Amino acid sequence: MHLAHSDADQMFRLRLRGFFASHVPQDLRLRVRSGLRPTPRAFTEWQKILYRQGWGAPSWPREFGGTGWSPVQLHMFEQESAAADAPPQFHQGLELIGPIIFTYGSQEQKARLLPRILSGDDWWCQGYSEPQAGSDLAALRTRAVRQGDHYVVNGQKLWTSYAQAASMMFCLVRTSDEARKQDGMSLLLIDMKTPGITVRPIRTLDEQSHVNEVFLDDVRVPAHQLLGEEGRGWSYGKVLLDRERSVTSTLGVRLARQLVYVRERAMQVRDGGRPLLENGGFCNALAQLEIEVMALEQMGLRMLADNVAGVDTGPRGSMLKIRWSELLQRCTELWVQTLGYDAAAFAPAVADQPFDLAVAGPMGAYLHGRVTTIYGGSNEIQRNIIARRALGL
Amino acid sequence: MALNPEQRMLKDGVERFVRERCRFEDWRKSVASGLAFDPDNWRRMAELGWLGLGIAEQDGGIGATPAETLLVMEGLGRGLVREPFVGTCVLAMHLVSRGGNALRQELLAGIADGSMLLATALGEPDARFNLNYVNTRARPHAGGFLLSGDKSWVPGASTAQWLIVPARTAGAVDDRRGISLFLVPATTPGLQRTDFRGPDHQHVSRLALTGVRVEASAVIGQLDDGLPLLEHAVDHAIAARLAEACGAMDAVCAMTLDYLKTRKQFGVMIGSFQVLQHRMVDMAIACEEARSMLDLAMQHLDAPAAERRRAVSAAKARIGQCGLYVGHQAVQLHGGIGCSDELAVSHYLKRLAMIEVSYGNSDYHRDQFMQAARLPRDDAGVAV
Repeated sequence: MHLAHSDADQMFRLRLRGFFASHVPQDLRLRVRSGLRPTPRAFTEWQKILYRQGWGAPSWPREFGGTGWSPVQLHMFEQESAAADAPPQFHQGLELIGPIIFTYGSQEQKARLLPRILSGDDWWCQGYSEPQAGSDLAALRTRAVRQGDHYVVNGQKLWTSYAQAASMMFCLVRTSDEARKQDGMSLLLIDMKTPGITVRPIRTLDEQSHVNEVFLDDVRVPAHQLLGEEGRGWSYGKVLLDRERSVTSTLGVRLARQLVYVRERAMQVRDGGRPLLENGGFCNALAQLEIEVMALEQMGLRMLADNVAGVDTGPRGSMLKIRWSELLQRCTELWVQTLGYDAAAFAPAVADQPFDLAVAGPMGAYLHGRVTTIYGGSNEIQRNIIARRALGL
Repeated sequence: MALNPEQRMLKDGVERFVRERCRFEDWRKSVASGLAFDPDNWRRMAELGWLGLGIAEQDGGIGATPAETLLVMEGLGRGLVREPFVGTCVLAMHLVSRGGNALRQELLAGIADGSMLLATALGEPDARFNLNYVNTRARPHAGGFLLSGDKSWVPGASTAQWLIVPARTAGAVDDRRGISLFLVPATTPGLQRTDFRGPDHQHVSRLALTGVRVEASAVIGQLDDGLPLLEHAVDHAIAARLAEACGAMDAVCAMTLDYLKTRKQFGVMIGSFQVLQHRMVDMAIACEEARSMLDLAMQHLDAPAAERRRAVSAAKARIGQCGLYVGHQAVQLHGGIGCSDELAVSHYLKRLAMIEVSYGNSDYHRDQFMQAARLPRDDAGVAV
């Protein structure tokens, strides 16, 4: 699929470009260029900037406050955003629970919750994984018992991203025991300020605390905070599969931009007095990745084109997730390679010394990158899905 | 890619052709005949109108776009088809059609009706894959030229009536300027040909030219400036070969998947083993990736030279890698029988390995991509 060849598309692109040129805060831009993830505060600030422009939810239908853009326009949005060193929007509210709310939620839930996602007033976290329910998510044990007009929730969630910053959690809980363990699950929308919730940050290998343990002890959730029907919580995740096209098709764009940072860095770094970019081995590795990222972008566009044409894309979203995460890991590895000995100067030994983003960023990105082949359904689970759904194995 | 109704018909036609005439036992028979390909198949392809697919309508062809040519090659790739479609109907056709020559009309008509086969002398002993490195000399002589030098990779020369020979008419051995393309009858005195076949049973020749005399009118395109034309034609040929690779990859994946579902060991079908399932998934992803890169190459076939170089070389590099991966894993998952000559699987691996090296291997094209990468990209930081 060819992008942006009509005049209207070209105008649209220029409008995006004009916006991004003047609206990305400088410190956010520097952080994105360094490879470090934005802080929740910065993510929220960026969300509010987009919201004021009317672009709070580029991928949502217009009736819920989205832009109603076509998949091609969405792709251009991501391209221009990446080119301006803006971050992707934080996805757990926008791409995970938002679409479930506007597809299955009550009128009251839509009216109350969707605008707060758009405006950045709510930060949603995803209460799915548990100590004994990782890849085998359906084994989860957190239980909600109906008492009058409340559910009383007890259990423990694990690896909950940004729970420490979240105002709301969408939480998969067991409401009954059925023969099939996917049945009997419900989706509760929980205010994080409810008594009985304890959030304990987990320090991860990149020395950050993106993820948490969340303990739920006799947490009373009003029954109107149940999403959809009781016992059908598992099935609501399916809506996300249908939306994969718009989300995953743009994954290659950010990686392509990251390789531009790697290339720029390799022009500055010296290797025996000459730019590292003139080192043949390094150059080959970079070109190899550039080619494979091009292939990833092209795979995304192909999926997009097929979706627009109404062709079933099967589990190609899973294929993209696998290739994207593998490539992200290799790209950030190469980025760390540009550091040479500087990689060892990750952080000052004494506090209060200045912190070099250009060193800490790539190393942080590399270390954090290890989780991308694990989260959102590990790549091994994705391969199981493809084997079953596409290959009939 | 969504196909229009004509393309759908063409695709069905090619599939039927391969199903009916290019079964593996037909391929074996054709190989055993010692011929480079099956002349009956070639006649049939002419009747179906495929040989003139890329030739403009005013020149007696169909005037189709590269998309149709690639559909044909993808279909033929599924059946390991050896007929010299790319060498004659893509590469040589492009040179003659766009370059021009006194015999242009006659040659194009002959290509379309199947009576004319042409081969292009691409490789030289010291050039490896570099098209600009041309040591074969063309010296002016009595109003024409005398050609002398060695060519190391001339696919399809064993059956061609005409050869297209790049030779240096000016400049140093690796100058981009000073290369001219000569149309040479295959039977010209002074031309010594040695024929070989690859592990894929496709014919290739080496040529030794010793004072081969040609007329001034033998030049195709501009004197001294044949390289851009040659590069463009080769890129079209590369895309066709990549389509062939995609077809071959799909076919060998289907065979492997079928095998996983029928072969039993330890009392169960081997496809129930997760490690084999995941390998098969990675093969499927490699096919999807290759197909995406084929789209990219196709979209840029007539783009400005730098963009074309970047896209076609990226595709050639990556599909070469994906093709080898799929070929190797297909053999691996079949186990012992995958290594036998009896099963088609190993022949797909051999063909994919030969496509990888054709017109420059993956390393060479990654290098070409890198050199093109020094040229500007679009503002979004993406190659478009």
